[in-house]
Amino acid sequence: MALYSDKVMDHFRNPRNVGVIEDANGVGEVGNPKCGDIMKIYLKIQDDTIADVKFETFGCGSAIASSSMATELIKGQPLSEALKLTNQAVTEALDGLPAHKIHCSVLAEEAIKKAVKDYYDRSGIAYDPADFPVFEDCDHCGE
Amino acid sequence: MIYADNAATTKMSKTAIEAMLPYMEEFYGNPSSLYEFGQKAKEALESARARVAACLGAEPREITFTSGGSEADNQAIITMAHAGAKKGKKHIISTAFEHHAVLHTLEKLKKEGFEVTLLDVHSNGLITAQQVADAIREDTALVTIMFANNEIGTIQPIAEIGAVCREKKVPFHTDAVQAAGHLHIDVKAMNIDMLSLSAHKFHGPKGVGVLYAKKGILLESLINGGGQERGKRAGTENIPGIMGLAAALEEACGNIDHHAETLTPLRDKLIAGLKKIPYSELNGDASQRLPSNVNFCFEGIEGESLLLLLDDKGICASSGSACTSGSLDPSHVLLSIGRPHEVAHGSLRLSLGDDMTEETIDEIIAAVTDVVTYLRGISPFWRDLVTGKRQHVFAE
Ligand SMILES: Cc1ncc(COP(=O)(O)O)c(C=O)c1O
Repeated sequence: MALYSDKVMDHFRNPRNVGVIEDANGVGEVGNPKCGDIMKIYLKIQDDTIADVKFETFGCGSAIASSSMATELIKGQPLSEALKLTNQAVTEALDGLPAHKIHCSVLAEEAIKKAVKDYYDRSGIAYDPADFPVFEDCDHCGE
Repeated sequence: MIYADNAATTKMSKTAIEAMLPYMEEFYGNPSSLYEFGQKAKEALESARARVAACLGAEPREITFTSGGSEADNQAIITMAHAGAKKGKKHIISTAFEHHAVLHTLEKLKKEGFEVTLLDVHSNGLITAQQVADAIREDTALVTIMFANNEIGTIQPIAEIGAVCREKKVPFHTDAVQAAGHLHIDVKAMNIDMLSLSAHKFHGPKGVGVLYAKKGILLESLINGGGQERGKRAGTENIPGIMGLAAALEEACGNIDHHAETLTPLRDKLIAGLKKIPYSELNGDASQRLPSNVNFCFEGIEGESLLLLLDDKGICASSGSACTSGSLDPSHVLLSIGRPHEVAHGSLRLSLGDDMTEETIDEIIAAVTDVVTYLRGISPFWRDLVTGKRQHVFAE
């Protein structure tokens, strides 16, 4: 049995939306090098819509696939829809992840929300902080 | 496919397979049976024991067959711990970069009240006999130090450590799972009291190993039942496996110099090729290492994605990243030699096989270079290193 579903392997091998948006108006980065995964999401938001999204990821196969899938799910979507993205939706769209890799889909959700929050902050748009997760530094690698 | 994971396991040799077949097809009797047919298996078992002993410079009665390296490690350590405890000695010396078969056994003994000193490993992946000498105490029951490390391939000064232990009269066990069949071993000359090995690391079958214990050491049985292996290891003997082990060990031991002569230049070529990748570094000493072992860290990338993409290119390798170890932390071996977490996640172990050629090495270098470059290209961590937002650990 393979470690990952065909969907995961497809998104890992051929990641969608990989790269940088130079004039992004929302950027979110989560994770840290000590834990072995960092995801960075670049958003270009126009008229309350995700006009463009790109990502960069340092991490394992499922981290790369999760970021790729998450960007696909929100690209072209209204901001309000993008904010409803959950890690479960990412996992399901990937036909599942091994239990110890669910964490990767959580990172993808968080990176996107952090980028949206950054957009609100930059544009001076008011929001309820309770709508966003607490982007904690990971606590499991010590130091 | 390029199989570059020979430290994980090896392909069985024809010699080993042929040595096993008759004991599955023809002489399948139980060595404990009285009749001639069973005694045929018994004879084979005892001849295998003698041949294994000869490969190690030991005596046949000092050889016990086990289910592999892990069991041999467990039995050696538990035996000496409990024997020491009877004399009031409850201190054990080992190193921070042992295999988990050793480390987890020591953890268990700690819960029984043993005190364990894990020697620090130098950044080159070596420990010294002096460190052992300095750590030995009145109440030291056992020193257990691996012969060659399974991840970074560094070869410890076993004969020197053996001499120190002999002088201080402390029993010395070595996990030689990565060394047996690859390096010359003489338990008497090296003052080794106990040694573990495993057949599948030298082209023998999986699930069979050996614990050598110098005569006079009374092994504690971990598996209770019948009186097989002089009552030290119950269970009907794995005769086909044992025959395969003996044949593979004899073949490998007869081939050690040739193996080293063929693989060392290939290993060094691979090291030189991978060193050309910027911000990469070899893990472990460049010369005091197994002829088959290459282990690198690459900054800015993660090991599991590296392995998956190498697999796509037909290369089987392994990594010490947290994702591949199934734990949250990267390899304890890489951490023990002082690699920071973020670098340890980007590690790659390539363990070479005798069938490889210069062309194989060129292919591996090209594939690894491609994959590392690609993964760095999509890594925000690498971007931060390049733009100076984060500091490099290695020199270019
Ligand atoms: C150094 C070392 N010790 C012990 C073992 C365990 O051997 P086995 O798989 O035969 O139980 C291994 C193999 O993974 C090893 O490399």
